[in-house]
Amino acid sequence: MATTAYDEMYLAKDGGARTQYRRYSEWLAIQPADRLAQKRAEADALFHRVGITFAVYGQEEGAERLIPFDIVPRVLPLDEWNRLEAGLKQRVSALNAFIHDIYHDQQILKAGVIPAEQVLCNSQYRPEMQGIDVQGGIYAHIAGIDIVRDDAGEFRVLEDNLRVPSGVSYMLENRKMMMRLFPELFSEHRIAPVDHYPDVLLDNLRSVAPTGVADPTVVLLTAGAHNSAYFEHAFLAQQMGIELVEGQDLFVRDEAVFMRTTQGPQRVDVIYRRIDDDFLDPLVFRPDSMLGIPGLLTAYRAGRVTIANAIGTGVADDKSIYPYVPEMIRFYLGQAPIIGNVHTWMLRRAEDLAYVLAHLPELVVKEVHGAGGYGMLIGPAASKAEIERFRHQIIATPERYIAQPTLALSTCPTFAAAGLAPRHIDLRPFVLSGRGREVTIVPGGLTRVALTEGSLVVNSSQGGGTKDTWVLED
Amino acid sequence: MLSRTADHLYWMSRYIERAESLARLVDAHYRMSLLPHSGDTLSESLQATMTALHITEAYAAKHERIEPRAVFEFVSLDRDYSGSILSCLRAARENARAVRGSLTSELWVTLNSTWLDARVLAVRGLPNVDIGQFVEWVKERSHLTRGVTIGTMLRDEAFHFTRIGTFLERADSTARILTAHQNDLEPGADATSVPDPYQWSVLLRALSAFEVYRRVYRDVITPFKVAQLLILRDDMPRSLLRCCKEVYSNLRSVANEQSAETERRAGEMHAKLHFTRMEEITAQGVPEFLEGFLARLRDLGDRVAHDFLVPPAEA
Repeated sequence: MATTAYDEMYLAKDGGARTQYRRYSEWLAIQPADRLAQKRAEADALFHRVGITFAVYGQEEGAERLIPFDIVPRVLPLDEWNRLEAGLKQRVSALNAFIHDIYHDQQILKAGVIPAEQVLCNSQYRPEMQGIDVQGGIYAHIAGIDIVRDDAGEFRVLEDNLRVPSGVSYMLENRKMMMRLFPELFSEHRIAPVDHYPDVLLDNLRSVAPTGVADPTVVLLTAGAHNSAYFEHAFLAQQMGIELVEGQDLFVRDEAVFMRTTQGPQRVDVIYRRIDDDFLDPLVFRPDSMLGIPGLLTAYRAGRVTIANAIGTGVADDKSIYPYVPEMIRFYLGQAPIIGNVHTWMLRRAEDLAYVLAHLPELVVKEVHGAGGYGMLIGPAASKAEIERFRHQIIATPERYIAQPTLALSTCPTFAAAGLAPRHIDLRPFVLSGRGREVTIVPGGLTRVALTEGSLVVNSSQGGGTKDTWVLED
Repeated sequence: MLSRTADHLYWMSRYIERAESLARLVDAHYRMSLLPHSGDTLSESLQATMTALHITEAYAAKHERIEPRAVFEFVSLDRDYSGSILSCLRAARENARAVRGSLTSELWVTLNSTWLDARVLAVRGLPNVDIGQFVEWVKERSHLTRGVTIGTMLRDEAFHFTRIGTFLERADSTARILTAHQNDLEPGADATSVPDPYQWSVLLRALSAFEVYRRVYRDVITPFKVAQLLILRDDMPRSLLRCCKEVYSNLRSVANEQSAETERRAGEMHAKLHFTRMEEITAQGVPEFLEGFLARLRDLGDRVAHDFLVPPAEA
């Protein structure tokens, strides 16, 4: 990697702090090392007590781990945030328009903007959704858009998450933790609050209830206490004051969904589901699913229940569709994209394939359907053998891969074993859409940090940590 | 509320109560083991208690003979035995975790912290952990859990199911401890006899009733009065009457369309205890009485599960 990463806190030319970090860096400079060490230990102990943990797949049953929390915040000045916010609203509006179009007239395919087979032969395309009208035309009610900053300091979208994006509970808990550990910082800065997220989320979910339901019952559908994101499911349900249900708690009768309660069956109008499409209804999707509700799709197609996010959104956040999002923005909104993509080679194209095979050691190669940092080659960090293994896989099935330049993700000072050191970060803001409402984004999002020196993988499943994210209002 | 949620809350509180009851029993026997010349009485009492609580078989699978220290460790900290205090604390925490959104955050943190600390103690194991301190700690955590429940939870269905769990478990525990000592409780012939004082201290301490007895009766300990205190006293928090009263009133608060018969049976159990006299129970025989009581308690637990926790299959 020839380029130097953009440092979020310090200027490259003289090492001074950027404007948004000025007060913080002055504060940091006078903190005794033992006070900071003690605060870090306190944070760990508190996260354990409160049970803010995630289950680890493939480990001893019931193993729970903390996502490491770093006490140095990621700070965004208001002007940068305003631009990001506008870009995110634009992008998510276009993505919702795209999904609606794909499951109706498919104008974007007819216009030749995206090759039809890219969409219709995609495993994430759900023919069951064709022609179904969803409430308010909203498909991705909750979107998590992964943003990175490149070496030039430009924000770019790395990935759209439109199925069941997670992490928002860490955004909220990290803020709570920072306020508890360092209250003085909050009186010295004007930091935009984030704790109204559950209210906004509930309002958006209620807005998409089936037409005619005056006081809709919203539930959160979880896979259960052993799911890796269970803490977040329980947390959000509690914060919104709605029931946290499992598939076994729900049943379908006369094309309507009910939950089993101590007072008999109770009608459910909106399901905020945190399980994948494949597991929702064993009668339609995976018949072996124990997590779903038999007959759910019948009720859904009849418009008697709303599922958020809608079924079939995966067709829009697939890595093979990602390169077309800027075109979608132009096609549906007639606007130029405010936030750009990362340049992407689509290996199904012969010329892209040839280039990538010639430059593998410099590039990042991703599996189109991979997620969570799995199934990925980071050229500069990979061994010769790994690169050759990927080369064979790519040549065998080039359509399964895309490639991107190895980005010098921006860095932020982070506590490491030997003290503060720069570590690469990204940002996942959560974008909420509802019926008759403006698209809303709580200021900031979840900042994830790759704790290993030089690493670009921020996923919690691969040793990533998190930081509090501040949007300064002045 | 969701039937599954009610189910987890009910079991959460049953397991915490069970951990406390076991801690009291270990505590009572542990104290006895520290007294001189307690040998035979101690092992007799231990055996009777283990039989009444169905611990004997699981213990025998791991240990050849009943040895007090081994029993204490087995009941307190055995990881594999599902009936140990450690397992109960884990089960309480797992049930709480499954419905943490329905608990107040204080209650969840209390149960989670209890389990985290218990896990550390279990790793250290005996003899590094003082058994007396351990059971004392378990009782305190149970008191704290109950206090947080009462002090922070909304008085809604969730609260009532939590209480039903607590009192069904407590009634079961008191009845079993009485069963273990039922031979001494046959007051028939000699109602004023004073049997082995060690035995009485175990029985009364295990039910937090030693000081209560003195205060209520201001008299020497007689089997008749002990039985009266633990079965029929309305103001004794661990008596069978008190527990049945609590179960009945909490059941009434959550009544649904199909629970009328369950409610009636709970009311009947309460009324029978309320209007009977110790002499009637003695005439019937204490062992027979306790056996019948435990059977009706089991029936009540099954009916609660059927009416509220495991709803009938939807057609």
